[in-house]
Amino acid sequence: MRAARLIITAVNEQWAMTAAQVTTGFATSVIACGCEAGVEAVLAPEETPDGRPGVSVLVFTMGPKGLEDQLIRRVGQCVMTCPTTACFDGLGETTRENRLKIGGALRYFGNGFQISKKLEGKRYWRIPVMEGEFLVEESFGMQKAIGGGNLLILGQDNAAALAAAERAVDAIRPLRDVILPFPGGIARSGSQVGSKYKFLRASTNVAYCPMLRAQVETALPESVNSVYEIVIDGLSETAIRAAMRVGIEAAAQAGVARISAGNYGGTLGQFHFHLREIMGTQIHTDTR
Amino acid sequence: MRDEAASDVVTLRLRAGSSIPVEADTICPDLFIGRSEAEIAALPAFYGRRQVTLGDLFEVDGAYSDHIVMWDATDDPGGLRRVKRIGQRMSRGRIVVHGDAGMHLGAEMRGGEIVVHGSTSTWAGAHMAGGILRVDGNAGPMLGAAYPGEIRGMRGGVIFVRGSVGPRAGERMRRGMIVVGGDAGEFSGARMIAGSLFVFGTLGARAGAGMKRGTIVAVNGRAEALLPTFRYACTSQVTFMRVYLRRLWEHDCQLPITDAHVSGAYHRYTGDITTLGKGEILIYAEH
Repeated sequence: MRAARLIITAVNEQWAMTAAQVTTGFATSVIACGCEAGVEAVLAPEETPDGRPGVSVLVFTMGPKGLEDQLIRRVGQCVMTCPTTACFDGLGETTRENRLKIGGALRYFGNGFQISKKLEGKRYWRIPVMEGEFLVEESFGMQKAIGGGNLLILGQDNAAALAAAERAVDAIRPLRDVILPFPGGIARSGSQVGSKYKFLRASTNVAYCPMLRAQVETALPESVNSVYEIVIDGLSETAIRAAMRVGIEAAAQAGVARISAGNYGGTLGQFHFHLREIMGTQIHTDTR
Repeated sequence: MRDEAASDVVTLRLRAGSSIPVEADTICPDLFIGRSEAEIAALPAFYGRRQVTLGDLFEVDGAYSDHIVMWDATDDPGGLRRVKRIGQRMSRGRIVVHGDAGMHLGAEMRGGEIVVHGSTSTWAGAHMAGGILRVDGNAGPMLGAAYPGEIRGMRGGVIFVRGSVGPRAGERMRRGMIVVGGDAGEFSGARMIAGSLFVFGTLGARAGAGMKRGTIVAVNGRAEALLPTFRYACTSQVTFMRVYLRRLWEHDCQLPITDAHVSGAYHRYTGDITTLGKGEILIYAEH
């Protein structure tokens, strides 16, 4: 996968977060949303290029072209339209082929009155808007990334499974370089590759559906009656391993029968995260 | 083969005071880096109309370095003021001038850094395309400007002047940034094509005359009368100023930048309507 990091700033954290949440809306799965995106961290003013409160957002797609398209749409429709915001690249210097022209495409909204500013090799566009001006960087960095790291939390009942998943999300959220793209960080409708219907690329994960226990080859022990999935996208294998580890540690309490992960027969990507191996190694975690 | 070791710096000390101007565009890190002390001393220069060598004019100490340090003659403080074209066309390294520097300092420079612990004369940074030029004192007229007949002046890089600058700073500037800690003379940013000029003192009269694009900022809100060909647009906070002023402060923490400058509102005037009219003059409004 490919990923970009946006730094969205605004007059206060509330507006920065509003823009970030709208930008990352309808971005739970690349299968149907075009990208997976989420809030990575809340940034203090001293961490942002313009010294205002900010929020960093990670956006993941299957390839470079899709990422550029998604960023143009989302920054243009969700950040530029949001009061007081500005948008900066959060990945820093990357090679020329790993630059995506975002501000350079959005500038035309200025209808010829857009203003270019170049500071220390970075070009910014000042786009006149009714409120004042929207400041956006000409290009954003892109890097290789990993999507679909996941944990399956198998609970004895729904309340226990949800509480465990919430604990895992709370533990993962402070980590940098990862996002949890699903609602509240949790997916209740995990999927399997393919379907009996030819037009569908993914369908419900029958092996983990308690209500299908008697009809299919199930992966669920007798005591399990509810399952939640936590999907983790990250900028590196290390970041995902760290997130999975703290997530497992937080989730593993009474009421959880098992914690597993979907490997889809090893067919969904080159990275395999073996849970026992993850729990057996010490991993450095970078918290925000 | 090198017959001597590379030194950290090459020191040039003016040998004696004189009223004759010196043209020394060979004082350039690009030329010093691959030369021995004797070879540096043999580089040509003009003393008035007479061709001499750097060794005739300066005591040379050091070799094979792109870091040059210049000192006045012991008996003639201010003698370097007559030495023109220091660092002209340089693309790397560093020059430190202890004293005033002559005309055309850093003209056409493309990279590296020049630091002047004194003032500079006319045409400093003219046609500059990259690098950093820092002046502790004042700068003369035509700072970062275009030579007569040329279409574009400064094309990149950054010029910091702690003191004041003469008329026509940034004339025909195409890109880059000039930061003036003191006052700027008349016609600052005249015929600007793009780029940014920040003035922390008083912005002189007729600023931006004939400018097409670009930004001139009176950071402290002091500006002499603007031309009638600039029209008032609005008073509002300017997001890009936050980015620029923060970076400027990181470059030079002695600049009088306050939080109010960063987050405050600016009066925006656009012009010059005798040309394209897409330039802007921002004048700080009270917080």
